[in-house]
Amino acid sequence: MEEQKIKIEICCGTACYMLGAAELLRLENIIPDQWKDAVDISAIPCLEACSSDNLGGAPFVKINGELMSNASVESVCEKIFEIMKTRGGH
Amino acid sequence: MSNGAERMRRELMIRVVRDFTEGKLEETIDRIPLAIRPKHSQSSRCCIYHDRAVLKYRLMALLGFASENETDETRTLKSYLQEAVARKEKVKEPPLSVCSAGCSSCPDSRYNVTTNCRGCFARPCVFNCPKGAITVENQHSKIDYTKCIKCGKCEQVCPFNAIIKTTVPCEDACPVGAIRKNADGVAEIDFDRCIFCGKCFNKCPFSAIMERSQLIQILQAIRDGKKVVAMVAPSALMQFPGTVEQLFSAIHKAGFSDVMEVALGAELTTEHEAAEFAEKMIAKQPIMTTSCCTAYVELVKRHVPEFLDKVSTTPSPMRYAGRLVREKHPDAISVFIGPCIAKRLEAMNSDEIDFVMTFEELGALLAGMNIDIMSQEKWKIERPANATARNYAKSCGVTEAVILEMQEKNPEFSKIGFKLDNKFINGIDKKTAKLLKLYAMGKLPGNFLEVMSCTGGCVGGPCSLIK
Repeated sequence: MEEQKIKIEICCGTACYMLGAAELLRLENIIPDQWKDAVDISAIPCLEACSSDNLGGAPFVKINGELMSNASVESVCEKIFEIMKTRGGH
Repeated sequence: MSNGAERMRRELMIRVVRDFTEGKLEETIDRIPLAIRPKHSQSSRCCIYHDRAVLKYRLMALLGFASENETDETRTLKSYLQEAVARKEKVKEPPLSVCSAGCSSCPDSRYNVTTNCRGCFARPCVFNCPKGAITVENQHSKIDYTKCIKCGKCEQVCPFNAIIKTTVPCEDACPVGAIRKNADGVAEIDFDRCIFCGKCFNKCPFSAIMERSQLIQILQAIRDGKKVVAMVAPSALMQFPGTVEQLFSAIHKAGFSDVMEVALGAELTTEHEAAEFAEKMIAKQPIMTTSCCTAYVELVKRHVPEFLDKVSTTPSPMRYAGRLVREKHPDAISVFIGPCIAKRLEAMNSDEIDFVMTFEELGALLAGMNIDIMSQEKWKIERPANATARNYAKSCGVTEAVILEMQEKNPEFSKIGFKLDNKFINGIDKKTAKLLKLYAMGKLPGNFLEVMSCTGGCVGGPCSLIK
């Protein structure tokens, strides 16, 4: 059976977008070719994770449903790599 | 995020809008520096107290005040906020300010010989220095700074990369030598020389150069129930998530009563610019140069005044857009939204424009009000501007628009063998500023010269979201 794709959801609420999500949208072009079939990257409306006093945590990204704060191209790639390792073989 | 300074600037803007919208900014504003740098947190400068002091001045600029004008250090931000809220008239003071607490007083720019120097036998530094400023002592090159002219040849020729330059980023970035260190070693802008291009603002790694915002005045006008109309510069395309129609809806939701494309003003600029060009060429003027970029016009005014009579007198797209707003909504407050600092200066001297807001500020405004662009309905743009007008945002956009207009409206020009010979300067720096002197002397070819202060045109503006 084909393994499920790793789901990367980039919050594009205005705050996240201003504080780094705009750059995260480039992920699709940055990630290595061999990963392209294994990940599914999408820009989604506001996750409302930055409300209350959590603005410093923006930008937020959901990876397979798990919320990541202060996401950067590096930290997201690291996480993808980690998931791939646990699945064994990439 | 391209850097921490940019992030902090935006985060502060969002906090200010959020608290203002919730009606609690008066109570919170003096606490913001402490909330961002609480006790025992990590500091970005020497200590959290220094960070907090700079944050205070940053907030002051966001309220529209220059730290240079501070007379009472104990005055609270709350008191500045109250003054900002009560301000009804346009503030006619330079839109940039240097925060002395933030300035690192970078050491003077010069070339240094590092320990990488091996005192080699070939000594290309010594042989290539045009001023004989380099000698070798104890197997180590030494620069005599009384002779050095900072040409950088030694740096280029050293086989060990042993010679490096220390820089003063703001001074190096300024195309017109308007920023210098004062007697205390703190950067100071000479506003008689400054063209408000925003290059120092973008380049200072300590983020000590700040814009004086009008955000509070705009927010207050909206709160007071006034009619406030947004005019969005064409460079907004691709700067925000979602579509332009969704962005316009978001702006409307934020409290603006109408939203208009500045590109509609650009259509009028094209028409008049082409007509003026034809007129000037008939009058045998050798060259005409564009006037839509404010920083460029200021550059000519302040540094190449002999070229001023060649600058087109056609109003900029922003001003034409302002006129359209005044016609449609005579009782409204007009707000230009763009990526530019220099437009703040132009707006101060234009009756058609009341306030200026940057893309960063617009983003913060929407974020602070929890308005998500991607979930908005599509705004019905009454009459979309044409593609050539929207293209003003890019370098050579004006030229292309004028060429097209000339072909359509003035076909007789090509019949008599007249040719529009366009030249352009894509980004003003120290070198291109000098090039203009040559244009003024009539030593360079071309009869239509377009100059854009930012590389790539307005899309590369100092306050754009994506560079």
